[in-house]
Amino acid sequence: MTRRSGFAGVQGILAVLMALIVLVCALPAAAQQRASDGAPSPDQSAVHEQQLLQEAPRIEGRIDIPDTRASVLMQPAGRRWEYFHEITLHRMGAIVILGMVALLAVAYLILGRIRISAGRSGKKIQRFTPLERFSHWLTAVSFVILGLTGLNITFGKLVLLPVLGPESFSGLAQWAKYLHNFTSFAFVLGLILIVSMWIKDNIPRAIDIDWIRQGGGFIKNKHAPAGRFNAGEKAVFWCALGAGLAVSVSGFLLLFPFYVTNIAGMQVAQVIHAVIAVLFVALIIAHIYIGTLGMEGAFEAMGTGEVDLNWAKEHHDQWLAEKLARDGVRQTP
Amino acid sequence: MARMKFLCDADRCIDCNACVTACKNENEVPWGINRRRVVTINDGKPGERSVSMACMHCTDAPCAAVCPVSCIFSTDDGVVLHSKDLCIGCGYCFYACPFGAPQYPKIGNFGSRGKMDKCTYCAGGGGNEASGSIAEFKKYGSNRLAQGKLPLCAEMCSTKSLLAGDGEVIAEIYKERVLKRGYGSGAWGWMTAYHEGIAP
Repeated sequence: MTRRSGFAGVQGILAVLMALIVLVCALPAAAQQRASDGAPSPDQSAVHEQQLLQEAPRIEGRIDIPDTRASVLMQPAGRRWEYFHEITLHRMGAIVILGMVALLAVAYLILGRIRISAGRSGKKIQRFTPLERFSHWLTAVSFVILGLTGLNITFGKLVLLPVLGPESFSGLAQWAKYLHNFTSFAFVLGLILIVSMWIKDNIPRAIDIDWIRQGGGFIKNKHAPAGRFNAGEKAVFWCALGAGLAVSVSGFLLLFPFYVTNIAGMQVAQVIHAVIAVLFVALIIAHIYIGTLGMEGAFEAMGTGEVDLNWAKEHHDQWLAEKLARDGVRQTP
Repeated sequence: MARMKFLCDADRCIDCNACVTACKNENEVPWGINRRRVVTINDGKPGERSVSMACMHCTDAPCAAVCPVSCIFSTDDGVVLHSKDLCIGCGYCFYACPFGAPQYPKIGNFGSRGKMDKCTYCAGGGGNEASGSIAEFKKYGSNRLAQGKLPLCAEMCSTKSLLAGDGEVIAEIYKERVLKRGYGSGAWGWMTAYHEGIAP
């Protein structure tokens, strides 16, 4: 018997290809290798152990000990999840997040900071109420904590472990894990508040088509029409709602193991959680950029709650008109 | 250098659970944790087979690969050990393990699983404790390998279904059996654990 070591990656890929070919070729035969009740039959499948495993990704039986979760004899899917976690996720995460940072750097170099074309008027108008700002910052702060601690569990061993050493890094990772698990509740609360307050202003309208057609005002000195939220903000809102829902549900499945799903379900939940989270982080990096560095006068909307009148005129003309009609201009002292 | 493996000859296992008991006693494993278990496939039907399963000490161990703090490693003998001082109880090794080997003292709501525990091949632990020390025994269980002994589960298997030892030696024993009696139902888990099967 030879021991095969090394070239594990190449072997793995070859094995997957071989397994696929075997599976495709042997589909009718595979059907015959089950017992009368559909369970994998050890006697009939004896000659092709690998085929047996391919037929039944989870081999489950009866167990004498009280822990019935241990009745799963084998779940070779663990190897597939390992491949996702160690190869796919690392590559995808690095490409998506670093790619977004690079994209924004290019945008900054080409477009620069989008200024208020008419200059500041000195007049302020309230854009977000204190409750709206609280909800936003509750979600924002918890998102940053969740994002950093989440990235730590995937990339920490590549980035921080060599720097901190095993003991310090483990201590940090343990706290990061608990922080991640408990901050999730603040994030979900923030998400619920945000959605309930802003969903009516985020319903797509005809004006959004104009906004998209005019390039969203990213082309200098040309400002697209918009209501309270423009089409770009609406896209961020709906993406954040969808992604927030996906990470929350998949996250809670992982937070309460075996209540709803078994290991196979937890593997799927982790894949969804990780993929959506990486995309979510990239989206929010873009959101942070446009709200701070990318646009003059944007941050104060969430900072103090009040924006300059000219900024509102240029970016949310219809909302301003409605707002002025309702309660008039308020001069700040 | 030996490459330690487990092999459960499914045609010989009689579901007596002595390996499970021996493991719990030898390693004084906490309540609720079973490092080894016997699963019966097709119970009460034609083709019924029992297989004794624990950590298989895999080649390219998936648990070690996914561990976010890299606290799991393979020794020179191919035994997969971990450090309970570094483990953060995240549960990832449990998702990745094809054999359900990693166990936790608690169910783990809010991530409070506690430190992972699994079969150590009766080779002590992967922490800083001195080999064969009381501290090591309390944290990880017995270190029979340091005394030149094999895991107790396999050593005392009454039908010699469960084999432990150098992979080439136990594969040779299995092949001799196969030559005498036919292939039977195969060496369950070898393809997944070591990327190789033992075909007739």
